[in-house]
Amino acid sequence: MAEREIILEVKDLQTSFFTDDGVIPSVDHVDFHVKEGEILGIVGESGCGKSVTSLSIMGLVPSPPGKITSGQILFKGKDLTKFSEKEMRKVRGNDVAMIFQEPMTSLNPLFTIGNQLVEAITLHKKDWNKKQVKARAVEMLRLVGLPRAEELMKDYPHQLSGGMRQRVMIAMALVCDPKVLIADEPTTALDVTIQAQILKLMRELNERLKTAVIMITHDLGVVAETCERVVVMYAGKVVEEGTVDAIFRNPQHPYTKGLIASVPDMRHKKQRLYSIPGNVPKPGTIKNGCRFAARCESVFGRCTEENPPLYETSANHKTRCFLYDQKEVEVHDKTAATS
Amino acid sequence: MLRYIGKRLLQLIPVLLGMTFVVFMIIRAIPGNPAQVILGQLATKEAIEALEIKLGLDQPWYTQYFDYLIGLFQGDLGESMRTVQPVANEIWPYLAATFELALFAVIIAVIIGVNAGIISAWFQNSWFDYLAMVIALIGVSMPIFWLGLMEQWLFGIELQWLPTSGREEVRNPVAAITNLYVLDTILQGRFDQLGQVLKHLVLPGIALATIPMAIIARMTRSSMLEVMRSDFIRTARAKGQKMFWVVYKHALKNAIIPVLTVIGLQMGLLLGGAILTETIFSWPGIGRYIYDAIQYRDYPVIQSGILVVAFMFVMINLFVDILYGLVDPRIKYD
Repeated sequence: MAEREIILEVKDLQTSFFTDDGVIPSVDHVDFHVKEGEILGIVGESGCGKSVTSLSIMGLVPSPPGKITSGQILFKGKDLTKFSEKEMRKVRGNDVAMIFQEPMTSLNPLFTIGNQLVEAITLHKKDWNKKQVKARAVEMLRLVGLPRAEELMKDYPHQLSGGMRQRVMIAMALVCDPKVLIADEPTTALDVTIQAQILKLMRELNERLKTAVIMITHDLGVVAETCERVVVMYAGKVVEEGTVDAIFRNPQHPYTKGLIASVPDMRHKKQRLYSIPGNVPKPGTIKNGCRFAARCESVFGRCTEENPPLYETSANHKTRCFLYDQKEVEVHDKTAATS
Repeated sequence: MLRYIGKRLLQLIPVLLGMTFVVFMIIRAIPGNPAQVILGQLATKEAIEALEIKLGLDQPWYTQYFDYLIGLFQGDLGESMRTVQPVANEIWPYLAATFELALFAVIIAVIIGVNAGIISAWFQNSWFDYLAMVIALIGVSMPIFWLGLMEQWLFGIELQWLPTSGREEVRNPVAAITNLYVLDTILQGRFDQLGQVLKHLVLPGIALATIPMAIIARMTRSSMLEVMRSDFIRTARAKGQKMFWVVYKHALKNAIIPVLTVIGLQMGLLLGGAILTETIFSWPGIGRYIYDAIQYRDYPVIQSGILVVAFMFVMINLFVDILYGLVDPRIKYD
């Protein structure tokens, strides 16, 4: 397969919130990229900066108090952080679209499905006539697997179930053929069976339309099922990055190991499910050292003093942990050998 | 929908009946005798008694009340004791005058109040927000009679821009058709008079609009602030919609229901409670009509005047309830 081009690249992104308690960097020097047609997962606990990262890409960080304080977001090589609000409006929905966690409340309850879909189209396809717009809206509703699409256009969101509404949200996001779709916890609020349907739909649409997807989730199951590559975030930082295969077979960062260990496995009966001790630190409270140090089982002196960089442990795998620093590896190997 | 309206109208009957009873009893509890007031202090006892018999005041209260009710059900609002005219004929010009003024005031209050509330919520904690809310606070706490007097002094006497009393030029009276003068002058094509009528509306209109405007602004702001945090607002922005349309299309429609309630209540209050403004600006409205009737103990006028105002009040509220259903498809009437 030919090497796909990078469509969206986040470089050294820092998004901070200016609160009464000081400046809190919610996303702290984050780097990752998405290739054309790829599904990238971003995993992490609540409050680790996943959603703020996605809102930063959309230019929708609530401001004040939030602000992108450094870094670049390159879409097709152009830096979105330098775009004016007017330029960003042309990107939103058109080049980069987004769907949200809460399908129940993400559609405006007082406008019909048709009205909201048509709005999404006419904002970007100004030269289309009414007929074309309507045809496109109906086509999209069919594409996301909704029955009786024509009548659905006249329905209000409250007449639809949660799963149907999320399908409508997906249809609305993809209606202008965006290059990147950001899905912020798209299945979290849904029943398990509906979750599976929606994930399947998203995978199919990704294959058919070649839209790159950034799948933001806290659910490793979702990642394993849908994504090609994963970025693991912890307390505003990327701690591990790699292909799904690499991450699940060979998790390197102690946090990732902990996450995978805490997924219940139906095949084995365990006495007690593993859980990572402690809590996620409040953003901005840890100034020095690795942010995971306080909860890490493999912590050693250096962890609380220095900030670990991302170590490239193999071609498709990066880890932000001193255990993978070449020097440390040697030291640890020696101690292992002597004992 | 029609069934709902029918049901609501039926519910009106006990409400209005109860109200007529309360009003009937209260006005008779106030000291004073209509016959005495009409005939003056020097009237003889015999003359007063004769007039009482003529007015039916010698009957026991329940007989008087049922006579009045029977009249009401036949569409008869009674006859003024003072002018000996049917109240139904007399009341309309006053009611129209008040209705016109109240509507004018509510339109000002809604246009300014709703927009001020929206912009305050949109730019929360901005200088506009603070300024608008301070003005709204002053507006709510302002005594209307004082504001009215200040308006008359500044715009009427000092600057001489606007008339300070009445609803038309005395030397150029409007020929009444509906008694809603703005409508009448337009119907007759008398645009010179329309200008005059509008000018007469301005000062009392502003005085009357101040409090509703402030209440509407504060209500709109808080309602908008809540809606602006909704997920669908973020969705609308994520589509690439302009902030202006996000606010005025997506947010406003969701925020408007509590505001509609307030507008309805305020309109109802203005219809009945404009006595102060009507007095200051010599506006020949229903408030003054009833007030004068109270001075003369003109029982039928008081009873029917209050009944008509109460009827308007409930009708406006019914209208607002129907509007809810038009705004929000989730509200069903059955």
